[in-house]
Amino acid sequence: MAGKLVYFLLLVVVMVAMPVYSEAQDNTTTMDNLTENDIPKFVTTKPQFTEGIFPCSNCHASMTPNRQRRELSFHTEIQLNHAKRQRWCLDCHDADNRNVLKLANGDHVTFEESYNLCGQCHGNIFRDWKTGIHGKRIGYWNGDKTYYLCVNCHNPHSPHFKPLKPLPMPAHPQDVTKVKSTTSIEVDGRKLYIPVYEK
Amino acid sequence: MNRRNFLKTAALGVGGILLPAKDSPASVWDAFFQKYYREMNDKEKKDVVARLEKEYEEKYKKHIKVKTNAPLPKVLYGYGLDLSRCVGCRRCVYACVTENNQSRNPQIQYITVLQFEQGEKWVSDLEESNKYYNPETVPAPEHFYMPVQCQQCEKPPCVKVCPTQATWKEPDGIVVVDYNWCIGCRYCMAACPYNARKFNWGEPTIPVDEINTETHYLGNRPRIKGSVEKCTFCIQRVRENPGRYPACVEVCPVGARKFGNLLDPESEIRVLIETKRVFRLKEELNTQPKFYYFFSL
Repeated sequence: MAGKLVYFLLLVVVMVAMPVYSEAQDNTTTMDNLTENDIPKFVTTKPQFTEGIFPCSNCHASMTPNRQRRELSFHTEIQLNHAKRQRWCLDCHDADNRNVLKLANGDHVTFEESYNLCGQCHGNIFRDWKTGIHGKRIGYWNGDKTYYLCVNCHNPHSPHFKPLKPLPMPAHPQDVTKVKSTTSIEVDGRKLYIPVYEK
Repeated sequence: MNRRNFLKTAALGVGGILLPAKDSPASVWDAFFQKYYREMNDKEKKDVVARLEKEYEEKYKKHIKVKTNAPLPKVLYGYGLDLSRCVGCRRCVYACVTENNQSRNPQIQYITVLQFEQGEKWVSDLEESNKYYNPETVPAPEHFYMPVQCQQCEKPPCVKVCPTQATWKEPDGIVVVDYNWCIGCRYCMAACPYNARKFNWGEPTIPVDEINTETHYLGNRPRIKGSVEKCTFCIQRVRENPGRYPACVEVCPVGARKFGNLLDPESEIRVLIETKRVFRLKEELNTQPKFYYFFSL
């Protein structure tokens, strides 16, 4: 009798818990199990275009697309140094609509959402970028964040980081009072004050 | 005169000498008898802030706002630094100097960027590092970099040794200094295994037009000669609600610096601790830093 009661109680517990459990499952939509159409839009910084180059249709609208893979006679400032052997312009740029980018499946994305394009190959980096581990976010640690687009830091045609000039080294302990003055520089829109040392 | 009377008179005399002169301005008396910050009520904090803002106004001819924002509930700040990405450019050092009103002369900097040669002994032996590197461009070939600043320990040895309790760990995990309570004995500097604390050997100077006027009492308000200071995770920024990222996080050109709430499982700091290879500096000392170095590559 007691055994039966225990089984009955267990059954009740399971029956009550089942819908609660499945509901909890439904509510957890992490970024990774969103369907393709649901890739969230991130608030990002603006992509940097060469002055006057966008929208591309300004020039391209009146041109017939040449889909032949070739050395371009225009845009020669672009050095493709990004898996050059496997890739050329029209793998990412769309021949029929130059103002958007093209995913591998033929879908279009705007330049503001170019992370979807980069994320096709760099999946692990894309995953880290979404959670904030890769790349840079500014704003509020417990509020709205602005994501830097991949292309804000990496030149998409030549993504490796270029070496930087380091800011002044610290003064040696015996020289901490020999800072002549300070001067200001601008880094990414922010004003920083750096020391000027006596010769 | 017997021994007892002598001691009484001497004690009174010494006490009298230590007190501010009778004709000192009222603010000197107020500063001298200022209460311990952690024991102040809101009214007392307001009075102290008003006095400090007036002092700064007279000194710098410019209004400097001093905030006393309390810790946010359910928040424990943590920091991540991606050693796979850092290129040693020192942008963080000067973003910090600018944001936190560090003295320009004598020079004080909270962040020290160490350069190591690849294959060299490191982490356990920072003595082999070089902080005076100055090549044309960084990263220098066959070198790597590790910035060091206050590690905001959960068991801070600096706090343990302070004879006046002028430094303590706040409930949100930030180790702070009350510059008015610090007597400048520098025990904390000797106790800190990370060389994170800096001392104002001279009168700190900053050109007036370079002062950041958004300050916190426990953070970047103007300091005085003879007091110790340190990184506070930009307490004046992160304790707002919503709180901004620290200045070093926002300036890093390679996105190597991460910041967030250790109690929030969705925060970047928690995700990186759970998914990346992480270590804490000098873990064997059991200081339990909340500053996590990690490798994303």
